[in-house]
This record gives sequence, C-alpha cells and structure tokens, in this order.
Amino acid sequence: MIRFARPVLFLAALLPLAWLVFAVLTGRASANPAEDILLTTGIWSLRFLLASLAITPVRRITGWHRLIQYRRMLGLFAFFYAVLHVLSYIAFDRFFVLGEIWADVVKRPFITAGMTAFVLMIPLAVTSTRGWIQRLGRRWQLLHRLVYVSAVAGVLHFVWKVKVVIGEPVFYAVILAVLLGFRVVWRLRRSGAR
Amino acid sequence: MLIKKRSDIRASDITDEALYLRRREFMRVAGGAALLAAAPPWLQACSAGAVDDTGAGAAAPAGQSPLSNYTPRVVATDEKLNTFDEITSYNNFYEFGLGKGDPQRYAGRMTTSPWTVKIDGHCNNPADYLLEDLIRPHQLEERIYRLRCVEAWSMVIPWIGIPLNEVIKRAEPTGKASFVAFETLQRPSEMPGLRQRSLNWPYVEGLRMDEAMHPLTILSVGLYGKTLMNQNGAPIRLVVPWKYGFKSIKSIVRISFVDRQPRTAWSEATPREYGFYSNVNPNVDHPRWSQARERRLPSLFARHTTQMFNGYGEEVASMYAGMDLKKYY
Repeated sequence: MIRFARPVLFLAALLPLAWLVFAVLTGRASANPAEDILLTTGIWSLRFLLASLAITPVRRITGWHRLIQYRRMLGLFAFFYAVLHVLSYIAFDRFFVLGEIWADVVKRPFITAGMTAFVLMIPLAVTSTRGWIQRLGRRWQLLHRLVYVSAVAGVLHFVWKVKVVIGEPVFYAVILAVLLGFRVVWRLRRSGAR
Repeated sequence: MLIKKRSDIRASDITDEALYLRRREFMRVAGGAALLAAAPPWLQACSAGAVDDTGAGAAAPAGQSPLSNYTPRVVATDEKLNTFDEITSYNNFYEFGLGKGDPQRYAGRMTTSPWTVKIDGHCNNPADYLLEDLIRPHQLEERIYRLRCVEAWSMVIPWIGIPLNEVIKRAEPTGKASFVAFETLQRPSEMPGLRQRSLNWPYVEGLRMDEAMHPLTILSVGLYGKTLMNQNGAPIRLVVPWKYGFKSIKSIVRISFVDRQPRTAWSEATPREYGFYSNVNPNVDHPRWSQARERRLPSLFARHTTQMFNGYGEEVASMYAGMDLKKYY
C-alpha cells in the first residue's frame, strides 16, 4: 500500500486542477471563471504549503517518520498552484501589462504580500532536488527556513484580500500559527535544556 | 440626446431564449405547483390597456412574470448583452451570503408580494406605497446599461424600470431635501446572510438630489422582459449606471428625503475603500486593486479599459464639475 502512496498522492494533488479545467470547459464554473481559477489555485497553494509545514510536527508527535518522503511533493505542489495563481493574475487580471503589475506590487500591500510569498518559493523549488540538497549541505536547511516567511506572507495576502468577513483567512492563520508555534516551543525547550 | 434608439437589433440579441426556456423547465420540475404564482397585481393593472397583453398573469413562476408593455431600448448600447443565466447566477447580495452563487441559491425564499415602499422625510406626499401603486402611473422603459462592479468586473444588462425622477416628483420633495436615502429589506427569517454581521444591516444607500433626479437613474422592476429575480433585487431596485454596482441598492423598502448626506452601508464598513459618491473612475484606484481595467464577464481576460463614469460621462459629468473626484471618491 505504501508503494502506491506516492502516485496516489500525486494524482490526488492534481484533482483541484482537474476539477477546475473540467468546470471551466463544461460551463460549470461561475459567470466569472477567471475568478474561480484565481481563488482555487490560490487556496490550494496555501493548503499544500500548510500541509508541507505540518509534516514535521506530525512526525514528531506520531513518530511516523516515513512522512518525510512526502514533504517535498507537497511543497512542490504548493509552488505549482502558486505559479498557476500568479500566471492567472498576470494574464486575466492585468492582461500582461507589466507596468500595472509593478504598480500593484509596490502600491498594494495585499499584492506585495502575495508576490513576496511567491518569490520566496522560487529558490526553494529550485533547490529541492537531491543534487542541490547535497551541494548546499547545512545551508540548505537554513535556506529552506524561508518557507516560514513565505507562509506568513501567503496568509497575510489572504487576510488582506477579503472584504468584510475574514473568517476563512483567519482559520488558515490559526493553523499556520499552530504549526509555527510547535517549532517555537521546541526551540525554546531545546535552549532551556542546555 | 439621451434617447438612443437603434433599429439594427435582432431578437436574438435581446433574449437568450434557450437559456430562459431551460430555466423554466427546471423550475417546473423542481418546484411544481408550489412555485407557480399569479403575476403581481401592478403588472396586471399595467398591461390591461397595453396592446400586447399576453394574459400571462395566469401561471408564471414566482418572481418571473412577463412584462410586455414596456418601451424597448429607451437607452441602449450595441455591446453584447450578458445572458439571463449570467445575470441571475453571479450576484453580490450579502443578505443571502457572501458567495456569488449564494443569492441564486437562497434568495428564492424572500417574499416579494405584497411589497410596500415607504416614502418619507422632507416631502409633501409621504406615504406607504404598495408596489403596484408606485409603478402603475408610469410607463415602463427598457434601459440597456453597463453594470460596473467595484470588484473590476462588468456586465451589460437589459433592465426594465421607470425613471426615479418621476417617483420623486410625485412625492414632491421640499426645499430641505438635498439627498435621497434608500433602504433594503431586512428580514432575518428569509435572509440567511443577515446572521453574518458583514455589514451594518439594513443595507442603506444614498444619492445627491441631482443624481437621483438624473434621467439615467431608474427604479428597475425587471430585466430581459420579465420581472426581477429575487437575487437581482426583486421586486424593485435602484440602477445608477455611472456608479459602482453597490450603489444600485436592491429590494428597496424605503426612500427618504433627507437634508444631509446619508450614511451608506459600504462606506460605513470601510470608509477608506468606499466613498459616498463611488462614481466609476479608472483614475481612482480601490486601495487594494486597480480600477483601470475590467473584465467583461464571462471573459477570462480583463481586456476592457474602464471608462470614466462607466462611459456615461457625456450625460453625467456636468454634475461633478469642479469637484475633486479623488477626494470625493
């Protein structure tokens, strides 16, 4: 069963995209399919990012160490959906007008946060290969701590994006806070034990 | 100058009949007799003297009685109309939920008959009008307007309604009336979205008197030749085509003549983002996004560049002469 876990996870992670393509092509999307695409790719990017951040705490709590082998795939899917999200924004919302995109990034905190979250993911995705892990050695771990900053920026992007009711983004913010909270507590304990 | 008629219109441009028929079929199957209701009395009264009386008052789906006696294309555009399905499936009506599909899903339970509109404040004829009494004296007109939502999407909608200024004239506002305030129905038993305190209910909106009197401003009671669906603000709503969509308040129960600028739901919720005027303006961005371009639904790409006053500048710009529209956004 474990043998099939990776391909099954891989295909499952593509389901949101498959549903999106199916819905848009068959007219099951809303009258604003671009918005459906933006919202779906954005939320799934955040979900995969949080899932990848959950691996370490779950391993430590349950002792199920094999989980580590799925972390990279989850992180790369977070990046994959982020790429689709950013490309949709560039194409659908800004119609490829670079000046407008730049204006958005510098003027609007919500876009600044989102773009920060995305840009920080790029070096992490690039260095996710075995070769880079070996080449970077201890520095790899250091570099990949950027994922915490990316996740915080991603959640901020979501919080600042919604209008008056911020229940859903706050839900994700709480999850992120818990996941980061584990790490803070562990670190404090370690330094306390010393 | 305002009256633009075009003769090159084909029937297929106006009604996406296939969609409409499919919808009716669905209604019949899903709801059966429960959904069948008589046409509203004001419609029967209106069509009594009309040439084309289809007698459709007998059995039409609730909220969907045909309107036959309107003057077509009093204001029109040669842009492609959005389909009935698009107009009725993608709505912002927070009284029924925050999702764009929520109004279609939940607005059906709103009772729209009988319907009373209270007209009060600084006027000589304050009264509680039954909807039919409010509409009956006036000739229905079709107004094909662009609707630009503040969220940077837009549609083209064939509204049917009456000029608001005719209703205002009948109410005879006094010299003290410098603004008109509007209020939406607030009925928790039929509006699940009211439980979320997303806005300070009831939804309220307002116009300056000259904006309210402007010939482009209408009270709409229908679209695509039928009475309004609940999700579009049945049975009566405002349409102000040169302002962002949220100014066009839905399901109106009260119209008040007031002497100072009334509070409005969105500018109260986030004053930095939504002002009282909220004229469509590509040069004044929403703090969180650009208003320079818009997506004409259902297109994927925001290809349209947004026009000042949503393209109605020729008619309305003079009302704002000398005003700093960056300050009065």
